[in-house]
Amino acid sequence: MTKSELITLLAERFPQLVMKDAELSVKAILDAMSDNLATGERIEIRGFGSFSLNYRPPRLGRNPKTGSKVEVPEKHVPHFKAGKELRERVDLS
Amino acid sequence: MTLTKAELADLLYEQVGLNKREAKDMVEAFFEEVRTALEAGDSVKLSGFGNFELRQKSERPGRNPKTGEEIPITARRVVTFHASQKLKSKVDANFAT
Repeated sequence: MTKSELITLLAERFPQLVMKDAELSVKAILDAMSDNLATGERIEIRGFGSFSLNYRPPRLGRNPKTGSKVEVPEKHVPHFKAGKELRERVDLS
Repeated sequence: MTLTKAELADLLYEQVGLNKREAKDMVEAFFEEVRTALEAGDSVKLSGFGNFELRQKSERPGRNPKTGEEIPITARRVVTFHASQKLKSKVDANFAT
């Protein structure tokens, strides 16, 4: 499913709204989630999951082509943990 | 502050102009559509944000960390999230030292 398919599905769920409302809503939700994560804050969506940042300390890496050592700076990477409902619904066993 | 469904609904009310009821329902519907797609085995690609994908995990040995007792972790299907390059650089830019 892509973003535009999601927008279409949402527009169908809300016949009283126009397509543009669904489009703006999806954009507003994703922008708010990105902005929040970018400031280092968590996102907690009950029944779906939570997003947070994981810290990666600086390390010495290697350029796989030349074998020379390169310093890889510390960084924060987004991390998602599925919530109970999502976990249970997705698991087939 | 932690972002929750209530804050997202407030944003839709303020920014998109949905009424309070619609805003709350829209946030709920957004995550329900993503859950439904994943449940059906479909990956979800939200450009600029990231991709939710499914992975099939086979059974592996596990251990109860308290008792040390060995118990197998059953085979299962799980969701993984990969942040888009855009989201990663946005996060990184804010923590640049």
